[in-house]
Amino acid sequence: MDARSRPDADVRTVAGAAGAPVPHDSSHLHVSGEATYTDDIVEPRGLLHIAVGMSSKAHARIASIDLDAVRRAPGVVAVMTADDIPGDNNCGPIIADDPILAPGVVQYSGQAVFAVAAHTVGQARRAARLARVEYEELPAVLDPIAAVEAGSFVLPSETIERGDAPAALADAPHRLQGRVSLGGQDHFYLEGQVAMALPREDGDLFIYSSTQHPGDVQHRAAAAIGKRSKDVVVECRRMGGAFGGKESQPALIACIAGLMANRTGKPCKLRLDRDDDMKMTGKRHDFVIDYDVGFDNSGRIEGIDFMFASRCGMSADLSGAINDRTMFHCDNAYYLANVRIVSHRCKTHTVSNTAFRGFGGPQGMFGIEYVIDDIARYLGTDALEVRRANFYGIGERDVTHYGQKVEDNILEDICSRVVESAGYHARRDEIAAFNAGNDTLKRGIALTPVKFGISFTATHLNQAGALLHVYTDGTVHINHGGTEMGQGLFTKVAQVVADELQIDFDRIKITASDTSKVPNASATAASSGSDLNGKAAQAAARTVKTRLVRFAAEHFKVPEAEVVFANNTVQIGNETLSFAELVHLAWFGRISLSSTGYYRTPKINYDRSTFSGRPFYYFAYGAAVSEVVIDTLTGEYRLTRVDILHDCGKSLNPAIDMGQIEGGFIQGAGWLTTEELCWDADGNLTTHAPSTYKIPVSSDMPLDFRVQILESGRNREETIFRSKAVGEPPLMLSLSVFLALRDAVASTGPAGWPPAAAGAGDARSGAEGNHRCPR
Amino acid sequence: MTASTDIAPGVVRFVLDGRTVDVPDPDPTRTVLQYLREDLGRTGTKEGCAEGDCGACTVAVAEPDADGRLRVRAINSCIQFLPTLDGKELITVESLRGSDGTLHPVQQAMADCHGSQCGFCTPGFVMSLFALYKQQENPDRTAIDDAIAGNLCRCTGYRPIIEAAVEMYRQEPRGGSWLLQPAAASQQELSADESKRLDAQAAIRRNESLALTNGNRRYFAPRTGAELADLYARYPDAVLLAGGTDVGLWVTKHYAEIETVIYTGSVAGLKVMQATDSHLEIGAAVTYTDAMPLLLHHFPTMSELLRRFASPPIRNAGTLGGNVANGSPIGDSMPALLALDAVLLLRSASESREMRLDEFYLDYQENALRPGEFIEQIKIPRLHADDQLQSYKVSKRFDQDISAVCGAYRLRLGDDNRIDDVRIAYGGLAAIPKRARACERALAGREFAEAIIVEAMAALDDDFEPITDMRASEDYRRRICKNLLLRFYRETSASLDGKPPVRIYDYGRQKQA
Repeated sequence: MDARSRPDADVRTVAGAAGAPVPHDSSHLHVSGEATYTDDIVEPRGLLHIAVGMSSKAHARIASIDLDAVRRAPGVVAVMTADDIPGDNNCGPIIADDPILAPGVVQYSGQAVFAVAAHTVGQARRAARLARVEYEELPAVLDPIAAVEAGSFVLPSETIERGDAPAALADAPHRLQGRVSLGGQDHFYLEGQVAMALPREDGDLFIYSSTQHPGDVQHRAAAAIGKRSKDVVVECRRMGGAFGGKESQPALIACIAGLMANRTGKPCKLRLDRDDDMKMTGKRHDFVIDYDVGFDNSGRIEGIDFMFASRCGMSADLSGAINDRTMFHCDNAYYLANVRIVSHRCKTHTVSNTAFRGFGGPQGMFGIEYVIDDIARYLGTDALEVRRANFYGIGERDVTHYGQKVEDNILEDICSRVVESAGYHARRDEIAAFNAGNDTLKRGIALTPVKFGISFTATHLNQAGALLHVYTDGTVHINHGGTEMGQGLFTKVAQVVADELQIDFDRIKITASDTSKVPNASATAASSGSDLNGKAAQAAARTVKTRLVRFAAEHFKVPEAEVVFANNTVQIGNETLSFAELVHLAWFGRISLSSTGYYRTPKINYDRSTFSGRPFYYFAYGAAVSEVVIDTLTGEYRLTRVDILHDCGKSLNPAIDMGQIEGGFIQGAGWLTTEELCWDADGNLTTHAPSTYKIPVSSDMPLDFRVQILESGRNREETIFRSKAVGEPPLMLSLSVFLALRDAVASTGPAGWPPAAAGAGDARSGAEGNHRCPR
Repeated sequence: MTASTDIAPGVVRFVLDGRTVDVPDPDPTRTVLQYLREDLGRTGTKEGCAEGDCGACTVAVAEPDADGRLRVRAINSCIQFLPTLDGKELITVESLRGSDGTLHPVQQAMADCHGSQCGFCTPGFVMSLFALYKQQENPDRTAIDDAIAGNLCRCTGYRPIIEAAVEMYRQEPRGGSWLLQPAAASQQELSADESKRLDAQAAIRRNESLALTNGNRRYFAPRTGAELADLYARYPDAVLLAGGTDVGLWVTKHYAEIETVIYTGSVAGLKVMQATDSHLEIGAAVTYTDAMPLLLHHFPTMSELLRRFASPPIRNAGTLGGNVANGSPIGDSMPALLALDAVLLLRSASESREMRLDEFYLDYQENALRPGEFIEQIKIPRLHADDQLQSYKVSKRFDQDISAVCGAYRLRLGDDNRIDDVRIAYGGLAAIPKRARACERALAGREFAEAIIVEAMAALDDDFEPITDMRASEDYRRRICKNLLLRFYRETSASLDGKPPVRIYDYGRQKQA
């Protein structure tokens, strides 16, 4: 039974109902420059600006720190070190291992050591450069393999096993082993990290933070100043991009701003310069992946042994759940009967890596897709056929290695459709002919599927709250625990409310995320924003609507079943009132027009200690075919054509979902091509600005880009209007770009090249990675 | 319209939204972005990187062109110093919306096409698209990509923005504002609004040089070469500011406190360019955007390199003279200028002299300029009818990136397919942009054949000791510099056979009109 209150789910009777491609609610503000981001908020009188002094060493004891020159610099009002923190010196979200200001020892180059507040941004930043810090260097672990060898981990290593992988490997007709390293990724949200803290009476704080998780900022900032959660309010209207980079990282920024406000009694703002942002805050984990796979003549995997070693950096941050997700997703679309997965969460003296769209899932999927590609090259078959031979089955071969049954499998369907629409087979032939006739330019093509589990794997986070007010003129104020980072969450939630109350979208105001309106909200993450908050808002709307129905039935003396909300009006027996008229009447009749709403995801149930159960409510699916051309003289390449078919369930907003699919794909393509994080031998990040860290630009968008939302999509689970989460899954469609490049490179060598069994692979970004062709 | 003569030398004066803005003696290195956001509270324009690489800060500047019409150029406000606005009209994202709240066609198209998600990059895109709207009609995909090459969007994947760039011409502009008239209007009669804007600029055009004092800091915008030479003699430690696309970063990234700035952009003599029978003569303060048509006309094979040179806002500000004087080992114009045997005209208060570019660079960020001496003009010999010229740039990303390796090749073939004359130069391989003399020697006088080329490729190891950095490894640089020479050979021999080469950059893409 569908959750909708109206019998016909497809008739949209109000403007901006669920399913309508309404533009982003802030689009007119974005284009006119009127959308207010944290740094745009009118500055309060006496505002101080903060700059942070950062460590220049990867691992060192602070032998001495002389801040006299900083204090004496023009405009400086206050200087603060770890010793000046009245409460907890921690901004780590789960484990208290993330100091706000380094307490005597620095553990990465770029770590915050002290903060200075001055009257202008320029004064603060200039002053911060005057510090004299002497370090006694300590041995630094700078890469994951060194960490594994040294036994340096932020969290214990974990293992998932099913079947008997060693036996299956020993018995398999074919066996390949290899190691591949996979780079990290900077979020490069266009709006850098920023927070402004305002002292309130009685030592309280009000903090504007650019954050995906206002609640975390609230709790961490309160603890830092030695107060309680009730004493701090955090607000965020919107972020200028986040992508996971503002899930846990904003706590550091907001804590520094809050501590300085607490110390000076003045409003204080910290906005990081781009270079400082990139040096100081975490990124996508880079990985080293070892694999040992046994398979039959068709390429079907009989046994596989994976080792994932990720660079977590100096603290745990969210690395536990991220690496768990890597383990969950190293099957991607494939049934692994006998599997052993070892996951090392490596502690390195580099910035603590964090959430990034896909949350470890992309790296797990990269592992298996790379293995599948190796198998295909070894067997001399099209990788698509090897993929198909390994797909999860329907009714058989349908239980994941963590024990969840795949109930909604549409892999073969979605892949067949995109194989057809992309003309995959004909193009593969045509490409082979092209490559045979061209020395310098070579083309390549690849199809990769996506199956991505939706829900926070930490089950308790799958809950959400909302707060809805109806005003006497029939307009609505909706608030929920989710945050807006550009993904269109506010728009979608407003559509849910419009649909539920049957009033036009423009009668609904969706307001800034605010810890004093909805408490204890989870981070807006794991693609869950509209699933959770849409349901919570729907629940709030239903509560008010139920009261209105009851009131109308009593007032007009009709059965409740005869009170019907449709198209901005309410039919009450033979009476028709506008929504506003009924609301006004209800107010006059002393009916509460405000409600909270609450939702928790059903069915999920998962035991972290055994990695078994149902961590995911459902799976989101997609498939992509990418084609590239490379120049074998230089390794330069172009992405020439992309065909995507993606499953959004029954889309809440096809325009917004399309934006997520396209944007996620291009972002993933950037990760696997031009975006390369480099460190020098001392552990200093050398790519910390757009001049050196290259995200895709307009001309990188393929000339031929065919993206479709699966029209038949409908979530078999009872999600909000049967939609599916879409934030993260499309990013992993970009694995097809990497494998198309590998396909093109392979065409320069003999059959079976690049040789998988040779051992080391290197998923290097950029042209250089493609430039390993034998000539 | 005659210029006003009573403008105080110590006041920066520009036009914003129809009003004249006076800023008395500002900090000379205060950026336009800082001024907008911090002083005026106009926060629509964003800071994304403070180095001119992301485009969130894009604004537009309008000035009269040679025909007396208003010409729009997008610039990066984050690295543009406020005093350089003197005498111009500044247009920001807030300027575009009509007084009745109507969105500009560019803005409306961006909203209609779902061109914004988080919205933070959007004002910058709107301004780059606005500049395109005022410059071109019906741009194709390549022209659109070029127009927004300096703008990063992390959310959309660009497809809806590219669509908006097409859709904006289909919007019905309402009202008579010059801002609303697309490029085609510049072919039509002057509108009342355009006239008014031209008059407003004429009214603030000064005859005397701008000279600012702010504490111990000074800013001069001399108007003649002689004045510039005198000022530079008086302040030999002054920083010469041309486009500011590098000097801006000294301030925004390294917090440099520059005492004396001398701006070259008002020196009429430095903004002249012409083609003589033997040379192209390009004044040192001519922007890349202004120089491009002339360069493309004479060196059409340089089109890819010129299109990939930085981004439109950087090319609109940056100058050929600045690039040469800066002498970065990874500057993209020097290899080609070296291959072309360019000569610099140097000037100081006491003398003028000529110097070959290949003698100009001494070591990393060291050149042969004497105190008080500046580059006045770059003289580029015209190509011989038989000259083959190419320049290739290899970078992680095609657009708006810095070269890992940039190579330039000029070759003249004589009878018997012999190499009569050859120049090869590279950027990215040494501390300075440098000729590959060993490689040139391996080719001079020999047959233009693959076997010879392969020998010359090996000779590049004698010319360069490249390093590993974040742009490329030493090994990659060594291999690429050789392979680019091979590419030059393959492309040249193909084109001599009448076969146009297919370049990876253009693969599957429309040629630029």
